[in-house]
Amino acid sequence: MSIDMKQFHAVFFEESQEHLDEMEQLLLNVDVATPDSEMLNSIFRAAHSIKGGSGIFGFDALASVTHIMESLLDKIRQGKMAITTDMVDLFLSSVDQLKEILHSYRGNEELNWAGVYDLTKQLELVTAGKTTTTSDNENKNGYGFFTEFEKAKEEEGYGFFDEPMQTVQVEDESFGFFDDLPDPVSEPALASMPSPVQAINDYFGFFEDLPSPETTAAFAPVTETPAVVPITSTKPSSSLEKPTAIASTKIKNTEAVNVESSSIRVDVAKVDQLINLVGEIVITQSMMSLLGKNLEGALAEKFQAVANELERNTREIQEAVMSIRMLPVSFVFNRFPRVVRDLSSKLGKQIDLVIEGGETELDKGLTEKLVDPLTHLVRNSIDHGIESAEMRTALGKNPTGTVTLRAAQQGGNIVISIKDDGSGLNRERILEKARENNIAISDNPKDEEVWQLIFAPGFSTAAAVTDVSGRGVGMDVVRRNVQSLGGRIDIESRAGQGATFTIHLPLTLAIVDGMCVSVGEQTFIVPLVHIIESMQPAAKDIRTLAGDDQLLHVRNEYWPILPLYKVMQLQPQHTDVSKGIAVLVETNKYRFALFVDDLVGQQQVVIKSLEQHYKRVEGIAGATIMGDGSVALIVDVESLALTVNNKIHLAVAV
Amino acid sequence: MAVDAQEFLTFTLGDENYGLDILTVKEIRGYESVTKIANAPPFIKGVINLRGDIVPIVDLRIKFNVGKVTYDEFTIVIVLHIHNRIVGIVVDGVSDVVSLLKEQVLPPPNFGVAFDSRYLLGLATVNEQMIILVNISELISSEEMGLFDASAETSG
Repeated sequence: MSIDMKQFHAVFFEESQEHLDEMEQLLLNVDVATPDSEMLNSIFRAAHSIKGGSGIFGFDALASVTHIMESLLDKIRQGKMAITTDMVDLFLSSVDQLKEILHSYRGNEELNWAGVYDLTKQLELVTAGKTTTTSDNENKNGYGFFTEFEKAKEEEGYGFFDEPMQTVQVEDESFGFFDDLPDPVSEPALASMPSPVQAINDYFGFFEDLPSPETTAAFAPVTETPAVVPITSTKPSSSLEKPTAIASTKIKNTEAVNVESSSIRVDVAKVDQLINLVGEIVITQSMMSLLGKNLEGALAEKFQAVANELERNTREIQEAVMSIRMLPVSFVFNRFPRVVRDLSSKLGKQIDLVIEGGETELDKGLTEKLVDPLTHLVRNSIDHGIESAEMRTALGKNPTGTVTLRAAQQGGNIVISIKDDGSGLNRERILEKARENNIAISDNPKDEEVWQLIFAPGFSTAAAVTDVSGRGVGMDVVRRNVQSLGGRIDIESRAGQGATFTIHLPLTLAIVDGMCVSVGEQTFIVPLVHIIESMQPAAKDIRTLAGDDQLLHVRNEYWPILPLYKVMQLQPQHTDVSKGIAVLVETNKYRFALFVDDLVGQQQVVIKSLEQHYKRVEGIAGATIMGDGSVALIVDVESLALTVNNKIHLAVAV
Repeated sequence: MAVDAQEFLTFTLGDENYGLDILTVKEIRGYESVTKIANAPPFIKGVINLRGDIVPIVDLRIKFNVGKVTYDEFTIVIVLHIHNRIVGIVVDGVSDVVSLLKEQVLPPPNFGVAFDSRYLLGLATVNEQMIILVNISELISSEEMGLFDASAETSG
């Protein structure tokens, strides 16, 4: 039984997460001046769906927050209240908090009940009709004053305050109960809880005699001692609103059912298994084609035709299966309107975010890992790149800056760029900072070399450390993240016109572009990202050091030579470097020449884990299966670079 | 069949007959060429592609220094499924599947077999032949074999 419930939980969490994301998107698009009613309805439906689910599973914190949001949304929807920017802000922060709550429930963590109460109170206050910011703020002030006060004295007052709180709670329950019942029953259902509601009504009635209860309520706490009353007086008014909210909830619920998505949820492991199996079919198929070549006569022709057909089909199946793992990049991009909105208001800048190519598809594993580096780059563009509105006007630019997020597919790569029309990178400041940090630079570096400096650890050109950026922990982490995904990052910048950061990524995490090299009877894959060039070295360019270590002289630079056969303990065809091939490779810090027997060719390979059934092997990043079904190991250039460096202390620092 | 009977796959290593729990056996296949792995002990022959999984191959004949180490079309690999991992072991030959009752299994001796008694379940006699029952999960996941990372072993 409990297992069954857990299964439903997982679905509920996923769905709620989606509803919250949807809500956030919609909220960001709300035009406060002329709100689109369909949009408001969608937000309402999302809140309602979460409330319904959380009620069933007993996630009270979720239910109580969404419940109040729903009431407020309903008022707005029915035109009883005009939506304001502050409300949108409040809703957005509610969405944030709901995400947190969801996360806590998901991880079985302790809930932040204090935060939940604060939020519900704020929402209640707004729902109660404090439409303007001022009254809202004053109310908050009043509340703050009130809590201090209540601690100081008035035990009774506190008790009094406590009671209405409970009534709201009780009322909540009845509301959930009532939801399931047909409308006529609603009146008795409410009427059947006489005492608490009665109690409130009494007090409320007392206040109703005053000319404008709302305003007095707002000011009363600050000036008068019976601070308790105003707060409670807002609650009954919200509770009185609820019956109408319920009625429309019913209607909207049926609408929500109609909007059904045409996708299904599948465990990623199942998809991966499918991808594996299809990979096997492709290999088996190519082995079969090879065998078919030995056939002769009329049969051979027929066989070949069938084999070709099969080949085409298997390729198509493989592509189709791979595409299951693909998600549109908008899954990542959609979080940025929020980031930009928050940041621009925090920094007092006017910024437009333009998103292009959100439909470009990317491996699910990649999209998840892209979030952090992209967020960092967008924050950088807004904080460092875009100037303040005054400065932009002074420079004759549009006071509103533009940040463009663009994704596109280029061959086997996905290219994502973050472009701003701000001031661009400051060459002089970067050089100055580099000198301060004792980073070696040539005398008259090219722009590209200068831009690369910002990827150095601990490098920040921000004049002041803000909480947005400038701590200098950023760009090196961004680059490392991108590289760990098998990608690279380029910078283009023009002073006064803006900067563009371009990230090149492979289509999927599971595939790497590699150069196949042979050593003895085995084949190895060297990731193309690391390769600068391959060459057959002339004997005169090889210098031997003390011991066996050798250096390769290429265009005035000395590259330490690392024979792959020694690392992999194999019997090579050539031990003489000038007979084989030197592959010049580069990592973040080191360069060296990898000595192999021969180059076999360039190809994309599917990365398989060695660790799954064996263990990590030094110098090996993984394995792959070649067209003939044999296993080839993928060389881990980074870890080889360290071996080289430990062995020969001459590795040329880049 | 009795309720507490257990089935064993018997195989030969050198002159001796061994048995291992048949439930750990995934399949039996012929030996194919492997991809060598650097810095591995000699008894770890390398890895093969088993329908998309990269699986290590261990030659128990080298590990326990028994039998003649040759590789031809008759060389047998028993593919095992242990702690969610797949491992292939090379043996001299696979003989039979036997069903043994608990009372047929005698306690293992402390000497005279290639395996450390830690990895033995006991001895049994079937058709007047002695079969040494091996605790294959224990053996394969042992530190001595060095097949699993210490950290991965606990999680597996």
